[in-house]
Amino acid sequence: MSQLVIEGLRAAVGGQEILKGVNLVVGSGEVHAVMGPNGSGKSTLSHVIAGRPGYEVLGGSVRIDDTKLLGLPAWKRAEAGLFLAMQYPTEVPGVALSDLLGASARMVADPDEIREMMSEEAARIGFDEAFLDRPLNVDLSGGEKKRNETIQLGVLKPAFAILDELDSGLDVDALRMVSKRVEDATREDGLGVLAITHYSRLFEQLQPDTVHVFADGRIQETGGPDLATELEDTGYQRWMGEPAAKPASAVALADDPFADPFA
Amino acid sequence: MTVVAGPGPVRKTIQLTAFSPDAARALAGPAWLADRRVAAAEAFAASPKPDTSAEEWRYSLIDELDLDRYSPSSEFGDAPMPRLDVEPAAMVRCVNGHVVAVDIDAEVAAAGVHVGILSEHPAAAERLGAVSSEAGDYFTLLNDAFAEEPILVDIPDGVIVDRPIVITHHAAGEGSAAFPRLVVRVGENAQADILDQHTSNDTESILMCPVVELDVAPAGRLGYLKVQEQGAGTWQFGSVLARADRDATIKAATAAFGGAYARTRADTRLVGQGAHGDLMAVYFGEDTQTLDFRTYQDHVAPDTTSNLLYKGVLAGKARSIYTGLIRVRPEARGTNAYQTNRNLKLSDEAWAESVPNLEIENNDVRCSHASTVNPVDEDQRFYLESRGVPTGEAERLIVAGFLDEVLQAVPLPSAAPALRLAVAAKLTRQRQSETEASEES
Repeated sequence: MSQLVIEGLRAAVGGQEILKGVNLVVGSGEVHAVMGPNGSGKSTLSHVIAGRPGYEVLGGSVRIDDTKLLGLPAWKRAEAGLFLAMQYPTEVPGVALSDLLGASARMVADPDEIREMMSEEAARIGFDEAFLDRPLNVDLSGGEKKRNETIQLGVLKPAFAILDELDSGLDVDALRMVSKRVEDATREDGLGVLAITHYSRLFEQLQPDTVHVFADGRIQETGGPDLATELEDTGYQRWMGEPAAKPASAVALADDPFADPFA
Repeated sequence: MTVVAGPGPVRKTIQLTAFSPDAARALAGPAWLADRRVAAAEAFAASPKPDTSAEEWRYSLIDELDLDRYSPSSEFGDAPMPRLDVEPAAMVRCVNGHVVAVDIDAEVAAAGVHVGILSEHPAAAERLGAVSSEAGDYFTLLNDAFAEEPILVDIPDGVIVDRPIVITHHAAGEGSAAFPRLVVRVGENAQADILDQHTSNDTESILMCPVVELDVAPAGRLGYLKVQEQGAGTWQFGSVLARADRDATIKAATAAFGGAYARTRADTRLVGQGAHGDLMAVYFGEDTQTLDFRTYQDHVAPDTTSNLLYKGVLAGKARSIYTGLIRVRPEARGTNAYQTNRNLKLSDEAWAESVPNLEIENNDVRCSHASTVNPVDEDQRFYLESRGVPTGEAERLIVAGFLDEVLQAVPLPSAAPALRLAVAAKLTRQRQSETEASEES
């Protein structure tokens, strides 16, 4: 039983404080949903935990059990058991998925074994094996990129996964398979999940234990699975300091090209 | 022959004893070749040494070249074998411009293919200089004067050679000047692929001035890959001069890894309607290397296409210079010409200059050029690192991936694995020097 512990996390981008004191504990096998409006700092939270350059940590700590993550380079955090499924996975021309996995400090398997694991994972989420030989994320659609992220999650078997809008870009069938794959990992491997999303559709297969409302750089409210459904109906208005300048749907469209405009 | 002297007035004439007409006259060979050498040596002696005040030599290290430090050498050294995945159809190995071995598959020879010493071919005098006479400069003149045993690859009309032809040029000896000369002629509707490997001893101060002429007759197809792995003390002033006739295809690639200063001028003239050129280079400079490329895509005839992609990596204090010109002549309507140069800098002290140019004299054309000089992409590195790939390894994967676009497109796919290994070895050295530097600090 492991824990991802986030305490008093504060961080800034370009001198502006985005995370204003985040406290969160995710245990093995648990699924925590972090839901909130655009611009609330959800993606910043995922980037700061994973160690993306360009963020200034102002205070607080993040650890997996006794390993403090914030002072470590990104790859050491991954080695310690952290995985980030990105909202917009980066294209890396000329680098194959098998090269990436083979070079990961989390892998001890040989190339043949890695290939076999990739094929198994592709089959579990109904992903065409032909995509496995493409350079990383190059010429993949939004949904294909998200499935590629899920394959990596399956092969690397992290202790904790941050899913940054894993649902965006996926069609209904793919979403069902991908979220079921993550749900299976929580039961089979004790994966702890921090799922960041706008919408509750991710949680039809992936059952959240806890739902956090994230707005204005911190967690505003924490509740059970019912909170996700409630948010779907009421929106985030009551947690937002200032009324949004634009209708929420327009903001969502502008920020997230894969978002469902009718959701 | 036509001798092209350097531009501008002759300011002073320096008589270099090592490169005098008398020295050229003393070289062995048939009378026509001796006369040709002497004429070139005289033209060379009358030409001023170019300097960086000329646009063509701007950014180059020509001002630091002291020809007096070098002289033609007959010294021998070990000529490295080419690294190739398949058995070649023919191989010629040269050291300091002397042929030391010629080997040709009997069946290929029986088809009339000539791979060997140029002067042994009946059309030798016609082949030598067929392309270079229209594209000469100071160093092609020097090669004309001192190339002792030019090599000829001649593919008769309609003959297809389906395995690579390999030429290796090695230079050895402190202060040696070597003048490799390779002349290739691919006949009508004929086809061949050539691996041309240039190496030199690592610890010695050496000058190499190779000239390659590629002449492709109508509907001929030529793949040419030059692999430059010269030693750390070698200076190169080289030319690859190509001409493609009607519906001919030239796929010419350069892989430049070695040399202290290595300049390659690559001219491609598309002189027949429908001719096509795929021109590419992959280069990797480290330490204090300077790699200098000058390309010229000359569209003379209508409906010609050329596609140029040069990609390079600079580490340490290495420098690269890319200057390219696409020229579309008035008659060359329907031209498609593209020119892309991308550079990846692995250190703050590395330096890359990229200067693409267009000169278009016809309206019915499609041309574009692009050039970039960037450090390793932070987002790409983070993506790999977030999967547990250590920083150095992530960089290695990104760099190899960056060059892979060229490596998977080079002619002679059988030579690509060796090129990938050469890139990997360079990257490993980078990692080692970084580790040592961080241990010292």
